[in-house]
Amino acid sequence: MEWETVIGLEIHAQLSTKSKLFSGSSIEYGQEPNTQANVVDLAMPGVLPVLNAEAVRMAAMFGLAIGAPIGRGNVFARKNYFYPDLPQGYQISQFDKPIVELGHIDITLEDGETKRVGVTRAHLEQDAGKSLHEDFAGMTGIDLNRSGTPLLEIVSEPDMRSAKEAVAYMKKIHELVQYLGINDGNLQEGSFRCDANVSVRPKGQEEFGTRAELKNINSFKFVERAINIEVERQIDLIEEGGEVVQETRLYDPDKNETRSMRSKEEANDYRYFPDPDLLPIEITDEFLEEVRKTLPELPDVKFKRFVEEYDLSEYDAGVLTANIATADYFESVAKSADAKLAANWITGELSSHLNKEDLSINDSPVNAAMLTGLIKRIEDKTISGKIAKQVFEAMWNDEGGKDESTADKVIDAKGLKQITDSGAIESIIDEIIANNPAQVEQFQSGKDKVFGFFVGQVMKASQGKANPAQVNQMLKDKLSA
Amino acid sequence: MDNQMINKSLAELSVGLQSGKFSSVELTQFYLDRIASHDSELNAFITVTAEQALATAKTADEKIASGSASGLTGIPLAHKDIFCTDGVKTSAGSKMLDNFIAPYNATVVEKLKSISMPMLGKTNMDEFAMGSSNENSYYGAVKNPWDLDRVPGGSSGGSAAAVAAKLAPIATGTDTGGSIRQPASLTGITGIKPTYGRVSRFGMIAYASSLDQGGVFASSAADSALLLEAMSGFDAKDSTSVDIPVPDFSTTLNDSLKGLKIGLPKEYFEEGLNSEVAKVIEAAIEEYKKLGAEIVEVSLPNTHLAIPAYYVIAPAEASSNLSRFDGVRYGYRCEDPVDLTDMYMRSRGDAFGREVKRRIMTGTYALSAGYYDAYYLKAQKIRRLISEDFQKVFEKVDVIMGPVAPETAFKIGEKSDDPISMYLSDIYTIALNLAGLPGMSVPAGFANNMPVGLQIIGNAFTEGKMLNVAHQYQQATDWHKQTPSKYAVSEGEK
Repeated sequence: MEWETVIGLEIHAQLSTKSKLFSGSSIEYGQEPNTQANVVDLAMPGVLPVLNAEAVRMAAMFGLAIGAPIGRGNVFARKNYFYPDLPQGYQISQFDKPIVELGHIDITLEDGETKRVGVTRAHLEQDAGKSLHEDFAGMTGIDLNRSGTPLLEIVSEPDMRSAKEAVAYMKKIHELVQYLGINDGNLQEGSFRCDANVSVRPKGQEEFGTRAELKNINSFKFVERAINIEVERQIDLIEEGGEVVQETRLYDPDKNETRSMRSKEEANDYRYFPDPDLLPIEITDEFLEEVRKTLPELPDVKFKRFVEEYDLSEYDAGVLTANIATADYFESVAKSADAKLAANWITGELSSHLNKEDLSINDSPVNAAMLTGLIKRIEDKTISGKIAKQVFEAMWNDEGGKDESTADKVIDAKGLKQITDSGAIESIIDEIIANNPAQVEQFQSGKDKVFGFFVGQVMKASQGKANPAQVNQMLKDKLSA
Repeated sequence: MDNQMINKSLAELSVGLQSGKFSSVELTQFYLDRIASHDSELNAFITVTAEQALATAKTADEKIASGSASGLTGIPLAHKDIFCTDGVKTSAGSKMLDNFIAPYNATVVEKLKSISMPMLGKTNMDEFAMGSSNENSYYGAVKNPWDLDRVPGGSSGGSAAAVAAKLAPIATGTDTGGSIRQPASLTGITGIKPTYGRVSRFGMIAYASSLDQGGVFASSAADSALLLEAMSGFDAKDSTSVDIPVPDFSTTLNDSLKGLKIGLPKEYFEEGLNSEVAKVIEAAIEEYKKLGAEIVEVSLPNTHLAIPAYYVIAPAEASSNLSRFDGVRYGYRCEDPVDLTDMYMRSRGDAFGREVKRRIMTGTYALSAGYYDAYYLKAQKIRRLISEDFQKVFEKVDVIMGPVAPETAFKIGEKSDDPISMYLSDIYTIALNLAGLPGMSVPAGFANNMPVGLQIIGNAFTEGKMLNVAHQYQQATDWHKQTPSKYAVSEGEK
């Protein structure tokens, strides 16, 4: 039988606010346990939550970016359950009245087709703390630094039909939230996390199969693997006459398997009800208009503009708009240097250097101004593309400073300036011709191939600095004379 | 120190302090001595903070000497043990928090501390404010100063008993369904629960967040006006506190009541109201007529739904509010838990009392999947109807009056095995918590030798009018000046 996979994702994106969703504590990552937890985060008796307006603004930005209505009187609700790293005994979340209602996002599939994925809703909620099982023999430690950190939970429609589509969707959301400046995109530190609802059904069947929810899949690679392995498990199970049960499963990346965490029967009754400590969030037209003004150019729009305005290939435009830092870097260079050269250098030399040293473009030793200076010298033929790579290498290794004049300083210091003085080139050519009478004879007898030998000799003699076009022209003239 | 001190108003005490007739240290010590002599039988205090009180009194005296004092500076008070007090045990009347030293001050506590009002101690209460008799305290029942065999009402019974027996000139309380007005009525003192949102709830241990409101116990409306004003005001730490100015309640106390329209809801005078209590209330109404008020018969048709709606909403919120007491970070933790579930079950099982458990279970049930619409949502609808009833009546009248409680103080133990009958004692007080409105209890006489309170209900944020209405009555009568003989000091006595 042919099977179809149905996938929906729940993404938890930590909002890049300064403080927590309902308290003034910092949300900085990696601090000593419990140093970023005040009386509110500890859920001391008598404390009350006060909403962080910045988190509301960020959630509204996201809603506008996916074309979703913003809940005008959206409400915080308590999700009640007991866990040691949940100090209140409930999570403040949103239930039937989320801040972001139905929206959508377009993903590009492998065959180049575009697919629209529905975003059911996105809502604000607090993160829990962390339970620490190491270092406490027979006991559990609790770190509440993360407790109360603002999350935007982004819930998709069950619109994805393969693990690859799911990854494309996750990447698209990942890209978008960073564009909006509302999430740092850091998967390792857990500021962008994902759960996947996965089911299978016979191809052609309309109703959905029973789904399993996969937890703990916090990289693009693991999402793809976890979904594929779970789909395989479900198909095998059904084909062997078994039945998929609704449950939560944990993905184990080491063993590349999913295993049952808890069944539907064991699931909590969360007893959601509106949080009486918080008033509904009233969203006004004026507020939305203000937020709209702060929206940056979105990835899809930027992509189209790059193709049109800079005459880039779709491939280059795609790479350059994949994250806002790269796009900004590119535009910073392209505003005063040749755009195509800029695109080539960023997707080529710069990318490979960054990849090799595992650096983000924001931490690149060669900044946009430095690359601009370099490309300008290629454009005005001060150096050739080949020499430019030497200059780039030197700039990467911190030679010559950190601004647009850096390339010039490196070129001067190393004497890499291209020789365009025809007198100088001519004297080199004359010398080479004089020293190689045999090859001159070969050329003149019709062996065109030997022309390359002469070019090579001239370039070698000029240490690569002679302008290749001039060399070509003058050699041709002299040898044919 | 002059024993007549206990008969002085706050205004008189303030004059005495400012003029140097006596110091705050002397006044504070005077009340600490009264607590030492009388509280063993009343059990009004869970914690007495003598050292702290005297230290604050000393600061108050310095402020008075340097001219930087406000009217209430140096006047001691007691706080209900539901308000968090930095460095002092804050138990909420529960074994769960018997070991809990709060690491911060509630906004109310902070406000009064900032003007150097010495805190005498923390008063006894029904556990987590759940109760109408103060029998539900881990620290034992509080006795009514008028009859030590009877309850003082609840849940703020300790504060009420302390003020009634003159162990403190004033005290704070909280009122979720009547917990200020009912004990004030049963102990013959003045109590006011302001409009929801008037007083910050930050640092007030939550029972039912949408109903809880801090307020005042005092010997008169004039004294209440002073303390309420000092406690009130918007607090950025409480999203439900309301950002409107706090008027000077004292300046309108002497406004004339001529033409005042008083609504008497017929539902408050029907079956269930003790006839002796009814007589006291009727006499009080007569007094108001003499003061120039006009009486209008009104109806609050959904009154009978208030108790059922309250006993869904309050337990629902409580079941969630009390989840934080899990033995993990503070409070009681059972000995040698074998695992997490065992720790939760035994910590909560051992440390919560019967009434608290009853309400947690009721509330959990009401919020459960499949029952939510039938209970919680329906109760919220009733809540809106009750609110609308009041708004209709306030189109016609300035204040509403009636009894606070259907009966006078009952005997300790009399109702403790009958929760429904206990719940019914809040029948006249609960509705206005659901509507968020302010209410007062004003001493209006005695029935069967026990005090009876007259309830004054105002529209939202009309505390000034209510205090004026109560004050004019207290100018014309002296029910509020009655003190149980055991704790009284007669005129001329030193």
